[in-house]
Amino acid sequence: MFEYDALIIGAGGAGLYAALEAGKKGKTAVLSKLYPVRSHTGAAQGGIGAALGNVEEDRPDWHAFDTVKGGDYLTDQNAAILLAEDAVRAVYDLENKGLPFSRTVAGLIDQRKFGGHTRNFGEAPVRRSCYAADRTGHMILQTLYQQCLKNGVAFYNEFIVIDVLIHENKCGGVIALDLATGELHLFRAKAVLFATGGLGRMFRITSNAYANTGDGQAVLSRKGVPLEDMEFFQFHPTGMHGLGILITEGVRGEGGILRNARGERFMERYAPTLLDLAPRDMIARAIHTEIRKLRGIRGDGSVNDYVHLDAAHLGESVIGEKLPDIAEFSRTYLGIDPAEEPIPVQPTAHYAMGGIPTDLDGRVLFNARGHAFAGLYAAGECACVSVHGANRLGTNSLVELIVYGRRAGRHMGQFVAEADFPALAPDATGPAKNRMQKLKSEGDGAGGEELRKKMQDTMTASVGIYRNGEDMTQAVDTLQELRERYKEVRAVDQSKRFNTHVLEILELGNLLDLALISATCALKRTESRGAHARRDYPERKDGRWLKHTLAWLEADKVVLGDKPVDISRWKPKARTY
Amino acid sequence: MKIVVEIQRFNPETDKEPHLMRYEVEAEPASRLLTVLMKIKATQDPSLGIRRSCAHGVCGSDAMVVNGKERLACKTLIKEVAEKNGAVIRIEPLQNLPVQRDLMVDQTRFFANYLHVKPYFIPEAKSGNREFHQTPSERKEYEEGTKCILCVSCYSACPVIRDVNPDFLGPAAIVQAARFNDDSRDRGIGKRLARLDYPDGIWACESRFECTRACPRGIKITKTINLTKRKIKELRENQKMK
Repeated sequence: MFEYDALIIGAGGAGLYAALEAGKKGKTAVLSKLYPVRSHTGAAQGGIGAALGNVEEDRPDWHAFDTVKGGDYLTDQNAAILLAEDAVRAVYDLENKGLPFSRTVAGLIDQRKFGGHTRNFGEAPVRRSCYAADRTGHMILQTLYQQCLKNGVAFYNEFIVIDVLIHENKCGGVIALDLATGELHLFRAKAVLFATGGLGRMFRITSNAYANTGDGQAVLSRKGVPLEDMEFFQFHPTGMHGLGILITEGVRGEGGILRNARGERFMERYAPTLLDLAPRDMIARAIHTEIRKLRGIRGDGSVNDYVHLDAAHLGESVIGEKLPDIAEFSRTYLGIDPAEEPIPVQPTAHYAMGGIPTDLDGRVLFNARGHAFAGLYAAGECACVSVHGANRLGTNSLVELIVYGRRAGRHMGQFVAEADFPALAPDATGPAKNRMQKLKSEGDGAGGEELRKKMQDTMTASVGIYRNGEDMTQAVDTLQELRERYKEVRAVDQSKRFNTHVLEILELGNLLDLALISATCALKRTESRGAHARRDYPERKDGRWLKHTLAWLEADKVVLGDKPVDISRWKPKARTY
Repeated sequence: MKIVVEIQRFNPETDKEPHLMRYEVEAEPASRLLTVLMKIKATQDPSLGIRRSCAHGVCGSDAMVVNGKERLACKTLIKEVAEKNGAVIRIEPLQNLPVQRDLMVDQTRFFANYLHVKPYFIPEAKSGNREFHQTPSERKEYEEGTKCILCVSCYSACPVIRDVNPDFLGPAAIVQAARFNDDSRDRGIGKRLARLDYPDGIWACESRFECTRACPRGIKITKTINLTKRKIKELRENQKMK
């Protein structure tokens, strides 16, 4: 057994920042199923949004409003205001920790345009994204990891959390599997923070890493913690055709243009003011529509059709300096040089707006009335504050990591300085042990690859960019069936040490639970809002639906509830650009 | 096309020695080697031990030796390593580190060497709460080191570590030190000096260039090491003259 005041699960941007903060006040350790520098924060490209005003006038007010409108008014406005205000301090803090931002000639942090970010409440695009070439996430991850090393943070690398200990609404620790030995370990703690990232691997084509399997959301969900807004999943408009590898919105921020088979700048029809810098959900739908109307490059309206992202007019010099990584992806994987030819792009499953519900200090809530567990926290993509509402603006995810990762870490630090270790339930380690034993026992069902494929196909076809009741109803049934079959899955490889096969089976179980929850929530919400677009309910219906969804997983049933949205500052309006 | 993938296997629970296993598989020429390995794992042999995550060359998880050269499996296209039907691709774990299982190696020593050089920002004390000033040309000075994803390819490729001196600090640690030493905002070069300036440190490098060839991020590693050697010599000269 290990004992720490504070445990951080996940070593991406949110987890590492929280560790730095909590570590000031209590004995802290980070558990990560990956080596920290492999975390998916490192794949983020475009930038951090913050109203520094280094290049043109900007205000946190404008940033907050853009975030609220970008979220189609499902964003909790107090959370957005806090994000935008604290973003400025947070970016300077990162730079003071050494982050190598790209610079203006005057020596300040450089900023560029990004989708949905405007000046003066929607007047025109504004340069708000603070960036480091197209490797901003890589720089953040490296910088925060370096700071953790500098401050002696303890790491348990390749430890996979498979259960959380919650007793009488208090969190007392986790059970983790050590990949190297195959042993289970009890980690006792006064407080635990989950920062385990997204779950893009529910879908077939995704920008997400293999590792993004929603582990935090699933583990908590199975222990009676509700999940919020799981129906809202963002499809980034510009993934590389066929591969899903992300091509940053920053290309469009630098002036790149989306074109259909006729060479038209089709966003003129869908978002006359912001054009190619409209919010992502709108552009993903626009691309989907262009393809369906046979104006995709192949012109066959198939799932394999795509459009062009044209950046050739930016020139080799700008591309080389500001967009070197995506240029390399394009050359490596498609043999296309963006300085010469347009890049073939199609929407790719990218980001979970929903997740573990928290208050503004990262404390996990157990109901709609703002009541929180003691000693349980969540931050980053796996959490839902809600800062992003029904759709996330680009650059707001990296801000969220450092603003809310820090707030959660701080609150944790204060909490553990005063709290005692909570009592554990009797036989707290039993369920985890039984689960592992079952996986390793004799049985018919092999590893589960077929279930994975079926889940991804179902989610992609029926819970994707455009949805309808009939397909989603079928999807819920299919996913229920897959979950039943999953119970029979056994590990083919029965070894103990470095058994990545068992890890994949555990991850599949997490994805199946979360896919069922997502599909159920999507079926229930009979309106279109943000990234949740239904052909059978194409309008936004604030009267009935201006509220967050809460979902509890009770054995094999998903039970739904709702939670109010904070709209204290701006009255919800139609979302046009 | 049909290809044969020959993978070095080693299970610490059952094997005394590593051994090769062959897998026949269908693969698209433009697909990634990682995709093929994951297909083998999913459909033929779930016990294959492999580290992977982002699948597009930014996380550094899947560095391995492919046909004798260090590559990231997710940045290697099949057509680059298999020319025609029936071609054999040989896959081995990274070198210079103990094998944990199959293609997974123990990176402890690599990360210990990295930590050794104090690879973090050591700025001067600063007033105000805005950014340090840094011009675009100052920013370019340390650009090379910022690209490093700690994938271990350079450490694996280094012939000095393999044949001459297993205690050599290794290329990545030096590059990471340089990233800070060359950063106009950093003041930590004095603290890092002792961590580089010793026989098994920077001076063990023999400019063999294998690191530069192996780096999937195109970092000019040998050049960076040599510039750092020069910088250290100059610093020591200045210290003597005082």
